Amino acid sequence: MAEVRILKRRANAIRKDIIKMISEAGSGHPAGALGMADIFAVLYFSVLNHKPKRPDWLDRDRLVLSNGHICAVRYAAMAHRGYFPVKELKTFRKLGSRLQGHPSYLDMPSLESSSGSLGHGLSIAVGMALAAKLDNKNYKVYCVVSDGELNEGSSWEAVNAANKWALDNLIVIVDRNYIQISGRTEHVWPLDPLDKKFESYDWNVLEVDGHDIHKLLSVFERANKVKGKPVVIIANTVPGKGVPFMENDYEWHGKPPSKQEAEFALLELEKNG
Amino acid sequence: MVELKATRQGYGDAMLDIGKNKKIVALSADLTDSNKLGAFEKEYPERFFQCGVAEQNMVGMAAGLALSGKIPFVSTFAAFVPNRTLDQIRVDLCYNNANVKMGSTHAGITVGEDGATHQAMEDIAAMRSLPNMTVVVPCDYEEAKKAVKQAVIIKGPVYLRFGRNKIPVITGKTTPFHIGRAEVFKKGTDVTIIACGIMVNEALKASEELYSHGVNAELINCHTIKPIDKAKIIASAKKTGCVVTAEEHQKHGGLGSAVAEVIVKHHPVPMEFVAVNDKFGESGKPDELMKKYGLTSKDIVHAVNKVVKRK
Repeated sequence: MAEVRILKRRANAIRKDIIKMISEAGSGHPAGALGMADIFAVLYFSVLNHKPKRPDWLDRDRLVLSNGHICAVRYAAMAHRGYFPVKELKTFRKLGSRLQGHPSYLDMPSLESSSGSLGHGLSIAVGMALAAKLDNKNYKVYCVVSDGELNEGSSWEAVNAANKWALDNLIVIVDRNYIQISGRTEHVWPLDPLDKKFESYDWNVLEVDGHDIHKLLSVFERANKVKGKPVVIIANTVPGKGVPFMENDYEWHGKPPSKQEAEFALLELEKNG
Repeated sequence: MVELKATRQGYGDAMLDIGKNKKIVALSADLTDSNKLGAFEKEYPERFFQCGVAEQNMVGMAAGLALSGKIPFVSTFAAFVPNRTLDQIRVDLCYNNANVKMGSTHAGITVGEDGATHQAMEDIAAMRSLPNMTVVVPCDYEEAKKAVKQAVIIKGPVYLRFGRNKIPVITGKTTPFHIGRAEVFKKGTDVTIIACGIMVNEALKASEELYSHGVNAELINCHTIKPIDKAKIIASAKKTGCVVTAEEHQKHGGLGSAVAEVIVKHHPVPMEFVAVNDKFGESGKPDELMKKYGLTSKDIVHAVNKVVKRK
């Protein structure tokens, strides 16, 4: 499929920019960002109903990034999709930049909300989905959350709220990469069986390989057809995906690559086209 | 005979009124009746959201509704919003400048018998430290109604602090009220008393007593603590040469601190603070607690006598 090939290329380009941005900034969160590159490519280049040149279009799909620390992947995807010049990515985490270390809504309203403190985004997405229902609007609200932030009790308040109001216009994507800053998620704060937990709140639960573009396209298609319930897509991802020395190593949650490591990472990514 | 009405009733009555505006939505954390939102819920059920005892989610949801063009009012006891949910208020409301209004009831020590956990007295300090936040403490029922209506016009988060008990209605429908503008309730020359909330009435009583002793106090109702009305505070301090503040809140960080920040920078004069002195409250009747924790007209008179000597 031509679309799958193109999206793979987009994801790889996003990954290269993530490495460049975090290396240039000297700080940031590479593992989660790299792990979500395929999903962000699919969202921004295929799934979302949006107009990059008209980010305030009232009928646009909303995308809330709750785990704000992986924002490098969103910034890169947005730049490639035409929200702002790709060269602006160089300003990431620097003084005066719109591309704050964690997303800043007032600096860039197309981010839909600020985020950074964990366990907030899902509640905000619930509010947006309720507003759509009140206004009889058909747009969808997508919300990306990390598995680590499901430690926060507030996340589960929001899960219950989405069930209470049967928000079938809400699609949550859990970045299930099994790491958080101190180690493996099941060691730090056990979450499994995550699917059963969402099911017990009467959500429609879908699971997908977060790096299989073809499967991602079809899971979003399925999610969009669900009626009467909120949907969670548990996306199994590899943290650091695409950069072998970072893959599955929680040490790369919040550590920038050195200049040399970044060059090496870019060479690895170059192999993928 | 002075009419007695709660400021939270003013909130509920005003909500019913402004509910005509379809952008207004109301959320409560399992305290609909206590928050006086029952009438709103009955009249506008499709725009009322019962959020359960899940305050963090309620504040986040309100942010999402606001970012989608609604004007949400979130309500529970002040002990929970703002106090429990500072992080959501800081990031979701203030950092986003989301157009959410907090209508928080049961603030202060006059909650009474419920005791210290339910007597929010740190909320003003916390809220006024946040960028983009407006903080309003109405002094009576009428002022509460006006505050709710004006909060709708402000684009951004507003904290409205209401009390539980029926208190004297000391202002009228035509008494001037503008968020951000303090009102001189009584002109005087010897001392400036600056009060908010239930302490405005205590300050009125105090100024009458002081007058009978030959002290002519100027009384300012400073309902808006942020942004504070610098000009009015400075002008009065210049005239009287000393200031007493009075609030149903901890001494640290509330109205007194806000006034002191203005006085110290622009016109330093002696000041005294009538407030709770770095202590938790306890169970008791509201008037007993006000007496024990130093929040009566007598405490204001005492503070005035002290500050006048320091001139």
